[in-house]
Amino acid sequence: MNIDLHFAVTTAAYTGAGICIGIGAIGAAIGEGYTAAQATLATGRHPEQSAEIFKTMLVGQAISESSSIFTLVVALVLLFTKLPEVSSVSIYVPLAAGLCMGFGALGAGIGAGYPAAAACTGIARQPAMAGRLNTNMIIGSAVCQTPSTFALVIAFILLYSNFSGKPESPTWAAILGAGLATGLAAIGPGLGSGLVAQAGCEGTARNPEQAKNATNVMLLGQAIAQTTAIYGLLVSFILIFRSYPATDLLAPAMGLLSAGICVGIGAIGPGIGVAMAARSAVAWIPRNPAMTNELIRTMLIGAAVAESTGIYALVVALVLIFVV
Amino acid sequence: MAIEGADLVKAAAFLGAGIAMGFGAIGPGVGEGITAAKACEAIGHNPREAGLITRTMLVGQAVAESTGIYSLVIALLLLFVV
Repeated sequence: MNIDLHFAVTTAAYTGAGICIGIGAIGAAIGEGYTAAQATLATGRHPEQSAEIFKTMLVGQAISESSSIFTLVVALVLLFTKLPEVSSVSIYVPLAAGLCMGFGALGAGIGAGYPAAAACTGIARQPAMAGRLNTNMIIGSAVCQTPSTFALVIAFILLYSNFSGKPESPTWAAILGAGLATGLAAIGPGLGSGLVAQAGCEGTARNPEQAKNATNVMLLGQAIAQTTAIYGLLVSFILIFRSYPATDLLAPAMGLLSAGICVGIGAIGPGIGVAMAARSAVAWIPRNPAMTNELIRTMLIGAAVAESTGIYALVVALVLIFVV
Repeated sequence: MAIEGADLVKAAAFLGAGIAMGFGAIGPGVGEGITAAKACEAIGHNPREAGLITRTMLVGQAVAESTGIYSLVIALLLLFVV
């Protein structure tokens, strides 16, 4: 079968655009729906606060929406820009970029909905804390978006890198692997950071005196939850920028693709698990401030153990790239 | 590109190793996270038993970790032995 390269790249670009916006639209829609549901409940309970709740809901939804706007941008770029057509490698670039941004927006969109929902509920409960709750929500949901920003960065690096000098055979797998690594690795940390930020907003409303503490521990928990997303980013950079000897064999190529899948899927569980530990610590500090240090210590120990399988996945991915 | 038997087997082993470790990491990550979350809650409820709670948490997490280690072992077997 002899297909013209231009048609193959265009087909791949359209497919990539569809995958990108299709998967990418799931997350933000769920997150925003959850925010709206909680805002509606809060308004029902405290109708006199409806204006403030409405404003917070819209701001929170706008932040949640940003991840799906990233996917829209990448999909439009795939549809309307002229992509390079150097070799059969160029067919895989738009597919990888679409997969990367699509999966990358999934977790962040859902995650960013949680703090916004908690802020709406919190305003109904503690109207005096509205300013502080809004700040906490905006910081928390902005941190949720970092994994989807990683995915955007990798998608654009893939689209605008020059792969002309590279051998076709293992490079196609490295490109697909790079897209999947960052895209899949963003799901867990994005979703998890949202859980932590939700607890931060709830805690602020529950015990306003401990608001600063809740925000600080929230940021600590979110940072730990995002380490696995950074593993994915790291593997993507290695896969994109390392040069490989040309090969006719399938095995070296499959190793590179597998490295991306491994670190990407392996990052989902630890990202969510670490965040669950952090969520409980953040939720309990405002209730029992005297135990702050003990709670942070337990959170860190528990999170370190939960992180271990993510590190195994990183090790296996690095072995797949550098050793076998 | 001519694909030969041995090459195909090796490619499948590499792909299998990645899938094994990737999916194998989900369960322990989430499970150990739930354990740590409940330990934090328990310490919040009953701070005096913090030592006992942390110990129970670590033992429980160690057991939950076992399937992740099985995945790692299988992945390394697929990479270096098979």
